[in-house]
Amino acid sequence: MMNSGTAIQIRRLNVRRGGRLVLPELSLDIRSGVVTGLLGPSGSGKTTLIRAIVGVQIVESGEVAVLGDEAGSEALRHRIGYVTQAPSVYSDLTVRQNLAYFARILGAANAEVDEVIDAVALGGHADQVVRTLSGGEESRVSLATALLGRPDLLVLDEPTVGLDPVLRRDLWTMFRELAEAGTTLLVSSHVMDEAERCDDLVLIREGRIVATGSPNELREETHADDLEDAFLALAEAS
Amino acid sequence: MSPRITLATGARVLRQLRHDHRTLALVLVVPPLLLTLFKYVFEGQDETFDRIGAPLVGIFPFISMFLVTSIAMLRERTTGTLERLMTMPLAKLDILLGYGLAFTVVAAVQATLTSFVAFGLLGLDTAGPVWLVVLLATGNALLGMALGLFLSAFAQTEFQAVQFMPAFVLPQILLAGLIVPRDRMADWLEAISTVMPLTYAYDALARATADDLGGRLALDAVVIAGCIGLALILGATTLRRRTA
Repeated sequence: MMNSGTAIQIRRLNVRRGGRLVLPELSLDIRSGVVTGLLGPSGSGKTTLIRAIVGVQIVESGEVAVLGDEAGSEALRHRIGYVTQAPSVYSDLTVRQNLAYFARILGAANAEVDEVIDAVALGGHADQVVRTLSGGEESRVSLATALLGRPDLLVLDEPTVGLDPVLRRDLWTMFRELAEAGTTLLVSSHVMDEAERCDDLVLIREGRIVATGSPNELREETHADDLEDAFLALAEAS
Repeated sequence: MSPRITLATGARVLRQLRHDHRTLALVLVVPPLLLTLFKYVFEGQDETFDRIGAPLVGIFPFISMFLVTSIAMLRERTTGTLERLMTMPLAKLDILLGYGLAFTVVAAVQATLTSFVAFGLLGLDTAGPVWLVVLLATGNALLGMALGLFLSAFAQTEFQAVQFMPAFVLPQILLAGLIVPRDRMADWLEAISTVMPLTYAYDALARATADDLGGRLALDAVVIAGCIGLALILGATTLRRRTA
């Protein structure tokens, strides 16, 4: 039985990709209603873990429970907002056309389209074809899509790559507000200053969870001054 | 599946095409231009033009929609939009039927325009009804779409997807009976052509233009419908919620 404060519960998850066991016997709990940062170097298995949570990854064995249901089950398709690393939107449609289509699928109100466009500060580009946007703008369209339908769980794979610092700060403010309103957020990143903004951190390396805890806990545990040093200490100890 | 999502998907595919003026222009303008070319290649041989021209009106949509769908679907797979859709409350059938709806509309416009040019301006003459040629053309477009959708799963790049056209479509055109009647082919070639969907598409078109509106035409139509259904089912099996 899942704890009511737990949004995601993973038990002995094994995922094999290209013959290699990328996630061996991984177990992890993620609290609900907080921002959890998933940190690790490129190739550590962040994206594979995220794909297993949203239910698009073929897994070898193990259990992944999300919001009380099995990952990938039909009941979850209204409740999860998912942003892939590469912006997965239609480049030959305008920002608004993209969002209107995904809103129709979710059965979300049309007014929500404008809300999420404003939330990612793309109001001035709403009727621009996505292909003509910058990389950062395009990834914000992808993020806006995930906000549609007010999902209970937002899973964001490196959502702030290539964004300017002001915008990054604004987005993190929004993530914070969403969490305060009860949304669970799982955000992967390899930028350490973003780790500081999370409630919980999960450090992953070569498919294994190296450490979990709040930024303060991790610093205290390692007697490090900043998170970068804390992570180095944890990674070397593992 | 839900009608709301199916319709939204069809409208979305049409919107994508509308933003791509060049593709739309090519889809609509190339078939009439090619027929015009045929007309003058066979100048003075009106019978040959009549015999080949009308079935071609019905086969162009098959080729166009096969190509457009296989690339469009490949893009859905490679850009991650398909993965996103698969995490959303949308049925695989919504995608298949959405694409089907969109391309039926495009194919109907294409076939009507091509027919207008062929029968109206170029003086193409057939014994059978023109509306039946347009209807069969639209059916062939669906067949091309369904096959393109299925085969796109076997291409990793757009280069590969484009090569499926000479690999899967050209042999069917060669063997369909359009260039050489099937009963004049070697037995083994005729046997191969028997299991190719385009053979029945061509046969139906040839009978429609010859005003041979009998049981064989109905049988052809049933085979074409069956092939569309089968290709759609095969296509659905390539749309996976989970991937490696």
